[in-house]
Amino acid sequence: MKTKKFSIGKLLLLLIGIIAALLYLSPVLILVNSSFKTLKEIYLNILALPETLSFANYSAAFAALDFGQTFLNSVVITVTSTILILLVSSMAAWALARYKTKTSKVLFMIFASAQLIPFQCVMLPLVDFMDKLHLMNRPGLIFMYVGFGCSMSIVLFHGFISNVPKELEEAATIDGCNLFQTFFKIVLPLLKTILVTVAILEVMWIWNDFLLPQLVINKTGWQTLPLKTYLFFGQFTKKWDLATAGLVLCMLPIVIFYLLCQKHIVKGVTEGAVK
Amino acid sequence: MKKPKWGFWAFTGPALFAFLIVQVIPTLMGIYYSFTDWSGVGANKNFVGLKNYITVFTNDPKFFHAFWFTFAFAICAVIGINVVGFALALLVTQKFRGANLMRGIFFMPNLIGGILLGFTWQFIFVQVFSALGKTFGIPALMGWLSNMQTGFAGLLIVQIWQLSGYMMIIYIAQLQSIPDSVLEAASLDGAVGFARLRTIVMPLMMPAFTIGLFLSISNTFKLFDQNVALTNGGPANSTQMIALNIYNTAFAENSFGLAQSKAVIFMIVVAVISLIQLNVTKSKEVEM
Repeated sequence: MKTKKFSIGKLLLLLIGIIAALLYLSPVLILVNSSFKTLKEIYLNILALPETLSFANYSAAFAALDFGQTFLNSVVITVTSTILILLVSSMAAWALARYKTKTSKVLFMIFASAQLIPFQCVMLPLVDFMDKLHLMNRPGLIFMYVGFGCSMSIVLFHGFISNVPKELEEAATIDGCNLFQTFFKIVLPLLKTILVTVAILEVMWIWNDFLLPQLVINKTGWQTLPLKTYLFFGQFTKKWDLATAGLVLCMLPIVIFYLLCQKHIVKGVTEGAVK
Repeated sequence: MKKPKWGFWAFTGPALFAFLIVQVIPTLMGIYYSFTDWSGVGANKNFVGLKNYITVFTNDPKFFHAFWFTFAFAICAVIGINVVGFALALLVTQKFRGANLMRGIFFMPNLIGGILLGFTWQFIFVQVFSALGKTFGIPALMGWLSNMQTGFAGLLIVQIWQLSGYMMIIYIAQLQSIPDSVLEAASLDGAVGFARLRTIVMPLMMPAFTIGLFLSISNTFKLFDQNVALTNGGPANSTQMIALNIYNTAFAENSFGLAQSKAVIFMIVVAVISLIQLNVTKSKEVEM
């Protein structure tokens, strides 16, 4: 009796799970399906499979998005910003964790509390200021990502470093390593797991960010994927054949990234949230 | 062993420099600018006292509407996201085949940016819903995003769809930290099924609820990308949320000073709500 009741329960759970999973996937599945259809097919029967398998929409969307260049822009901006954030934040967090002075404590508090300030509160004066400094360009955008990204990263690194024993570093100092040698040769290798966590959080944020590039980047050829998608959509708002293909194209990189390192991403997000 | 003092500044310097220029100085300038007649990038700022704040509170029906719209939206979205997220977490932590795959699927929307999601759902609501409505004769599916009610519902669906998987991940981590022995002891004492969930699991979940609520509140209040891509605030600004209202005040109406005063009010409101929430849920956390 008991085992039977159990298996019915399991079956029910499985059924609910499958329905929920299909519900979650359906918008993307419909999008992908539509992206292979002609505009007429989309209007005639929205859920039907495409009559022929044609990549015509994709090649048109690829060209309209200037996908090669746009993708490259996104990669360069995301990767450069992330590496710089990792470098300056881990260095700062190490100093903040190891120097137990009053200045150090106050600075850490300021970094930590900066996360409460909404972007809307900073964006207008920031744009005004960056314009004066002639930083409304790609290097300027990267610099801004470092400025925004370092506060959360420092909090995450700080929490991790506080649990790393000091003995190794002290031994290195006795052996004649200066501060930089100690940090890069001894400390940094110990931070591998938190480096991956922070990198994933920063990559996901910068890759998907729309508003900051929208405010800062004003030249064609410099745009990132979310920005180009926005402009592209304004242009092809009734052309759903092109638009659906463009959307799928823009989703592909992050979905592939997710499939490749799902474990790290889920772990990184959990740790980032629980900070 | 004493480290040299220069070391502190050498190591914190680069981060501090970027942080000061990008976050600290603009925040402080922004508070001052909210008291000026600032009209655009590079324009002069003349001190006008409380004029902007008085305008916001007495003569800005659009902001007033955006404020209540955001508030109502946040309440529905925060409840929806966390209830669905917790339900998904309970579901995928049961041991059955495919649970891991499902976990991956539920989390996926979280990775895709708001702009892409907004446009994707615009397609679903406008094209797919109306086509299905016509085929099956369901008028409720037609004309989505063309009025405030369906715009609200649309934003809500997108937000729950995107963030519930994120909350699920946080709740899974907490669920797995509850030792089996506690659950077994509860079962022996007669607490099974829903009773066990309510009396044993829920109280032990409080630390995760603190985080889940905090993240969903701040995410929902600051919603911008999805708002732009899904409805762009329309029709007739009826689905415009606070963040978009601030953006439009600045860039469509060239009232940077007024927009900045709204941003300051926004910052205070979000901070107060978050602090109240942290205090309330923290006080409900129990030691195991």
